[in-house]
Amino acid sequence: MVSLTNLRKFLVVVLAGIALTACATQGKKGTNIAGDVYTGNDTVEYLATGVKDRVFFATNKSTLTTASRDTLRKQAAWMRKKSKLKFTIEGHADERGTREYNLALGERRANAVKDYLMTYGISGSRLNVISYGKERPVNSGSNPLAWSQNRRSVTVKAE
Amino acid sequence: MKKIFLFIFCLFIFNNSAKALVEVDITRGNLDPLPIAVSPLYVESGSVDIKQGDKIIKNVGEEISKIIEINFKRSGLFNPLKKDSFVQKPDIAHVKPRFEDWRLIKAQALVTGKVTVSEEKLRVEFRLWDVVAAKEMVALAFSTTPNNWRRVAHIISDKVYQRLTGEEGYFDTRIIYVSETGPKTQRYKKLAIMDQDGANVKYLTLGNELVLTPRFSPKNQLVTYLSYFRNLPRVYLLDIETGVQEVVGDFPGMTFAPRFSPDGEKIIMSFAKDGNSDIYTMNLKTRVVEKITDHTSIDTSPSYSPDGKYIAFNSDRSGLQQIYVMRSDGSNVKRITFGKGLYGTPVWSPRGDLIAFTKVRKGKFYIGVMRTDGSGERLLTENYYQEAPSWSPNGRVLIFYRETKADSDGKGFSAKLWSIDLTGYNERLIETETDGSDPSWSSLLSK
Repeated sequence: MVSLTNLRKFLVVVLAGIALTACATQGKKGTNIAGDVYTGNDTVEYLATGVKDRVFFATNKSTLTTASRDTLRKQAAWMRKKSKLKFTIEGHADERGTREYNLALGERRANAVKDYLMTYGISGSRLNVISYGKERPVNSGSNPLAWSQNRRSVTVKAE
Repeated sequence: MKKIFLFIFCLFIFNNSAKALVEVDITRGNLDPLPIAVSPLYVESGSVDIKQGDKIIKNVGEEISKIIEINFKRSGLFNPLKKDSFVQKPDIAHVKPRFEDWRLIKAQALVTGKVTVSEEKLRVEFRLWDVVAAKEMVALAFSTTPNNWRRVAHIISDKVYQRLTGEEGYFDTRIIYVSETGPKTQRYKKLAIMDQDGANVKYLTLGNELVLTPRFSPKNQLVTYLSYFRNLPRVYLLDIETGVQEVVGDFPGMTFAPRFSPDGEKIIMSFAKDGNSDIYTMNLKTRVVEKITDHTSIDTSPSYSPDGKYIAFNSDRSGLQQIYVMRSDGSNVKRITFGKGLYGTPVWSPRGDLIAFTKVRKGKFYIGVMRTDGSGERLLTENYYQEAPSWSPNGRVLIFYRETKADSDGKGFSAKLWSIDLTGYNERLIETETDGSDPSWSSLLSK
């Protein structure tokens, strides 16, 4: 027999449990990696106030996370205001793969970003793509945090 | 009557076995290198010293023998004996070796020779002797210019290797690679070329732009590579003699991962556009461009079979990096890797029988070989990070590169060239004056 008070207690415990697991998806304490994608702010620079210059990827992937799409929508909104500016979208990979494949993967990542910006009205002629494969890591370390920071696509104002 | 027949029969046995007493098996791991004595080559009186830049080579006969010994030692198949134990003088040994003297120091084979050097010409005579059977095995003479004296040593090494193993050698070759310096986040890269023993290093580019993955043309006169000149990553051709560089084709996007076709007439490479990388060829004479793969996946790292009929390549069309083989017109694409892990950088052996590759599994990198249908996978070496094997022209040795771990300040990082025999033995660091990566082996220079 399940009484109403017992049910309420049960629900409280369950809800508390869900809240706890939500914190656990942060990964190890302080590493800011979720689903193999870097979620922190280290290495991130800003194109304008509140407009992050980069998005991050999971190993071997070029799919955009919800957070990435949010960043890119903000980039697009800012780009629409600065209609005279052109941009280079860099694609990068971590070092844990073969060099040639990483060049192609970087290109795929940069194009994923370009395509998304174009769906928000930015003309493709303003967006130039370049892949650096694994050649330009932003973090020299040989550990999962460094690698996650290196799996990135960075939007840079063209000279 | 019976006694005479027996005697004749014994003579036959003796003769046959005397022919094959000294030989080296290179198909199995060689834990017992053949003891070989390399006598310094005798320098004919009247010969001049060789001037090489600001250096003067005084005893080229001795220098040549040292290079031969290093070649033999590094091959792992031969054990060159120490010279201070040699009894016979070089001039006499070359004409009439006293085999008992050489057998005393346990030599099974002996190399002797003579050089004559004038201002314009270097003439070499060398002999390979079977010490056990007390017979001459090889006798050759040739001429070249004095400043080619190192190549003389490599050519002799190749002839000896060929006679004793039954296979072509690989000593008269060069290696092209990327010389690396600077911090990990901003590596400074230049194309470098050197003799396979590390001598005669020359830098072919200045380092102002990123250069990657250089490969020789079959006749060794040209190099194809990826350059980020003007921030536009494209495949280029470089003429080694003239230093002239030109971009390959007029592609509206990144081209990369280039190689030559076996006849040297085409460049095969990847072309990336709108997130998709496909394999293309360009004929260097006609400039005709052909699209070889047509798939939404990444297709890269193409490598021709030595007969030019097939192409091995890397594709993630199944979801992750695997190796595929197709006909050179792009038809009949077949996946050949099905093992657990990722496979990349396929490179077809010059012998046509094997494909070497890089494999990544559970955070470890492997260099391996497999038959061209994907069977018989054999992993030769495991490391934290290594990739991109390249074959010696006789298909017996692989050269590749390794990187070491670094901390977040980049300390501890290094990139070095390594080689390993097809047998899995003789894993060896190749010394370079800077860090190095992306090595590629030339074909024999004398061909």
